[in-house]
Amino acid sequence: MDMQVAKKKLGLKERYAVMTRGLDWKPSYQKMEDIYPYIAYEGIKIHDWDKWEDPFRLTMDAYWKYQSEKERKLYSVLDAYVQSNGHLNVTDARYLNTVKLFISGISPLEYVAHRGFAHAGRQFPGPGPRVACLMQSLDEIRHAQTQVHAVSNYNKYYNGMHDFHHAHDRVWFLSVPKSFFDDAITAGPFEFMVSIGFSFEYVLTNLLFVPFVSGAAYNGDMGTMTFGFSAQSDEARHMTLGLEVIKFILQQDPANVPIVQRWIDKWTWRGYRVLTLVAMMMDYMLPKRTMSWKEAWEVYFEQNGGALFKDLARYGIKMPDCAAQIALEKDHLSHQAWSTFYNYGAATNFHSWMPDEDEMAWLSAKYPNSFDKHYRPRYEFWREQAAKGNRFYNKTLPMLCQTCQIPLVFTEPGDPTKICYREVDYKEDKYHFCSDHCKKIFEDEPEKYVQAWLPVHQIYQGNCFPEGTDPTVEGFDPLAAVLKYYHLEHGRDNLDFEGSEDQKNFEAWHGQATKNI
Amino acid sequence: MAVAAVKEYQFAPADSVDKFHGNQLLYIGWEDHLLFCAPFAFPFPPAMRFGDIIAGVLPGVFGYHPDFAQIDWSKVEWLKSGQPWQPDVEKSLAENGLKHKDVIRLRTPGLTGIKGSFS
Repeated sequence: MDMQVAKKKLGLKERYAVMTRGLDWKPSYQKMEDIYPYIAYEGIKIHDWDKWEDPFRLTMDAYWKYQSEKERKLYSVLDAYVQSNGHLNVTDARYLNTVKLFISGISPLEYVAHRGFAHAGRQFPGPGPRVACLMQSLDEIRHAQTQVHAVSNYNKYYNGMHDFHHAHDRVWFLSVPKSFFDDAITAGPFEFMVSIGFSFEYVLTNLLFVPFVSGAAYNGDMGTMTFGFSAQSDEARHMTLGLEVIKFILQQDPANVPIVQRWIDKWTWRGYRVLTLVAMMMDYMLPKRTMSWKEAWEVYFEQNGGALFKDLARYGIKMPDCAAQIALEKDHLSHQAWSTFYNYGAATNFHSWMPDEDEMAWLSAKYPNSFDKHYRPRYEFWREQAAKGNRFYNKTLPMLCQTCQIPLVFTEPGDPTKICYREVDYKEDKYHFCSDHCKKIFEDEPEKYVQAWLPVHQIYQGNCFPEGTDPTVEGFDPLAAVLKYYHLEHGRDNLDFEGSEDQKNFEAWHGQATKNI
Repeated sequence: MAVAAVKEYQFAPADSVDKFHGNQLLYIGWEDHLLFCAPFAFPFPPAMRFGDIIAGVLPGVFGYHPDFAQIDWSKVEWLKSGQPWQPDVEKSLAENGLKHKDVIRLRTPGLTGIKGSFS
């Protein structure tokens, strides 16, 4: 009789150990510093990589299995959405501009995050963080792909999304998110992990991802909502990784604390400045609002973030100083941002508009300390002028902040009537900033930021026209040439929502879908 | 502080004056008029007469605002890098001491924007 020998099966923990740390080995004929050349120069000291606590026990084979299940579900929902002409079920065609902002401003960042985590993971000598970075890197490219697939349905019908990646690398306001991520991936691996892994994915993610996904849900955009849910479990993993990174670095050596604090200060501010786009999306671009920017900031940063920084106090980390200024700006941020896009609505890949009476009432109610006093008169004037056929389009290029690359639209902390100007002399030139915090970031690493590709300056240098353009010919129209360089069509992709092709088409198609005409 | 880097890290600034085809950048902001969301950036030849900016450039830039026609140019207060400053309209930008990437602002006393909202 044959003996049945039980097949030896590894427990979850052992299996995890074998499939991650067990894959690591000590090199014998190459020096560690040659294999990991970027690990020391940032000044972070790691004494024992084995102290890294893996925040989630996931092996690569399980990763593929889970992700493929999620993809199957996602794509079946997307198919159903496309086949039922789901795009006609959104609340209002103005909503589509949120999608345009997302695909051109945020999705390309997912792709850069993929590259960033692949790079950081390669540089870490510890197998724990290396595997975690590998998985996050794969998540990020998957997010970029699923977002492109989800949004491609809208691209068949509406304008402004057709060349989102080309736009991301060129369009003036898209240099804000682009330069943010470029700054992060050109830092060392530890700063990258603090900037994106912790500050962005942990501290600020609820202010980026949640507003877009819940905005989609509130406005009938099942495509975007579904990819959001499909990414949710990944995001939870990313948050856990971000927190583990911080705790691990801080516990390894007390000398790491001031370096990490400086990075947290920098990246909280850099991230917050990028969130300016989200603030205006929440308060102006969603026909059906979810919550105001101010409410979101209070819940997700002041309350949740406050608790986080209390928890980190035991490692010697404190709340970033910029939080005080952000609190002063929360009554103004979204209004100043939307005013900016209304100004420059001729140079964007989405439409802008003035809020209607009901929306103004909502803004007054959500912003009792600021809206009626500072912004309503401006909006009413613009609305009156537009009704007279004199819609305001600002055609002169603005002055930009050298660090965040946003035009100098922000007001002095505590005085919403005065633009905040800051400047620094460095070597031969002057550099200008929107705030003390952007100025400080520059002063810490001026060699890095003097290289900034500032869209306005690049246009004036003649670098943003299609090849073969001669800007010296009589009657040269720089805006028209710049739009061509952006691959945007004047009168179609830009200008006011009122009278746009999107507005007309949505109305006509929606009519066909709901009436017998 | 200097940037942390694995080797020497020095690069030419992206916006030095030699890259602007004979022009220099000048930034101009109009205080108390936030209808224009930000100060403006201009490439001007250093030999340009300052008065030509007031007469030839600013009307096209700020003229949309009803306050612009009300400006009494003899009373305008100028700031350069935030400090009081007096330009000579007959002189050139260079003769007025304006260098590449200088920022100037004009204050127009009595004019406080749409319905006094500083817009």
